[in-house]
Amino acid sequence: MPHAVAVTVNGTSYPREIEPTLLLVEYLRETLGLTGTHVGCDTSQCGACTVLVDGRATKACTMLAVQADGAEVITIEGLAKNGDMHPIQRAFAKEHALQCGFCTPGLMITAVDFLERNPSPSDAEIRHAIKGNLCRCTGYHNIVNAIRSASAEMRQSAGARPKVAAEVKR
Amino acid sequence: MITHPFTYQAPTTIEEAVRALGGAGEAKVIAGGHSLLPLMKLGLAQPEMLVDLRRIASLGEIRTEADGTIAIGALATHRVITHDQTVRAKLTALAEAAGEVGDLQVRARGTIGGSLAHADPAADEPAPTIAFDATIRAVGPKGQRDIRARDYFKGTFETALAANEILVEIRFPAQPARTGSAYAKFAHPASRFAVTGVAAVVTIKSDGSVERAALGVTGAAAAAYRATEAERALTGTKGDAKAIAAAAAKAADGITALSDLVASSEYRKHLVTVYARRAIERAIERARA
Repeated sequence: MPHAVAVTVNGTSYPREIEPTLLLVEYLRETLGLTGTHVGCDTSQCGACTVLVDGRATKACTMLAVQADGAEVITIEGLAKNGDMHPIQRAFAKEHALQCGFCTPGLMITAVDFLERNPSPSDAEIRHAIKGNLCRCTGYHNIVNAIRSASAEMRQSAGARPKVAAEVKR
Repeated sequence: MITHPFTYQAPTTIEEAVRALGGAGEAKVIAGGHSLLPLMKLGLAQPEMLVDLRRIASLGEIRTEADGTIAIGALATHRVITHDQTVRAKLTALAEAAGEVGDLQVRARGTIGGSLAHADPAADEPAPTIAFDATIRAVGPKGQRDIRARDYFKGTFETALAANEILVEIRFPAQPARTGSAYAKFAHPASRFAVTGVAAVVTIKSDGSVERAALGVTGAAAAAYRATEAERALTGTKGDAKAIAAAAAKAADGITALSDLVASSEYRKHLVTVYARRAIERAIERARA
């Protein structure tokens, strides 16, 4: 039986009738057409499907879309503001932190959640934070460089730039 | 993708949730879904109905009661537990265990109640839960009951929880002064599950000797267990390196250790003794601080 849900994605509310079996990632990609969020393993291991749900990095393959009713979701499409790339996006480009790019949206979303809470991380902390995101091009060194580089830029622009999504307690 | 159809409801009170669970057809409770949804994708669980607890706000709270009991709601996520100041100060081993669960995303959704209800033998939080002598509070059609953590874990994916009961709260009794705790874990390199995880809770006397010791071990056997031989060996000693080593050496005594591709039973028992030593060392350090 379909359920009426309204999920706010990148600032826009989308009321839809959906089946309970629909995963959040399927809702984003297939119902809304937001294909920037990738499906890698579909077993909550690879992190390619990571999006922010109420400000927390979440594997969208391991959440039902009905569970996101009323939630605020930010996908990779929502990181740039008015054509301005988010610091994490600029840092990934600058540091060559991607090859094939499949894991990139998930890694950037995880990094945003992490850096909003830990603005000056050590490399060890960065590596611990991205344990749930697999890169099969073996580009972790440059990914860590990019997250460190983004953290510096985010600290400098902290006052000027609004948080992507504040953590909401529900 | 989930191919097996099911109905879904998200009641706003625990009473409604219990009623829904006891209705017709096979129903399952869902919280963070990080154990249940993967099983449903594999077809290993095919519930006809999911009862989602997410709208029951009181289940997410962590509160300290008048007698010092710390009551953690079943919906508290590993992330919230890791960062909670009270838990970090008073139940350090639990904060450390929660911070070692899975990865950042899993900790953001996965809950302590879900972990304890699912009772994976390699889950982290059962170890501190039994080491701190916590009580599991469950609500069913006949009302509420409390189950001692030691009596709660029955085996692999098996607990004392009845099919029509919902785990609502985990209650940690106040710890005496001069108590320190720590969680030491050998993680599976890919899954991050505990090949071995040991929670140590140690209380020392004013002269520095060990008054009381509790060790909860996960990952090594079919269910989390208390290493009572090791606890007895440590109690009354000076808590020095020699006493710690002698006690830790007994932490796998009498168990039937799991054996799989990652670790043979012999190797697992060895790991238990090594990680028991590390957990006890850090717990005693903290008790003395």
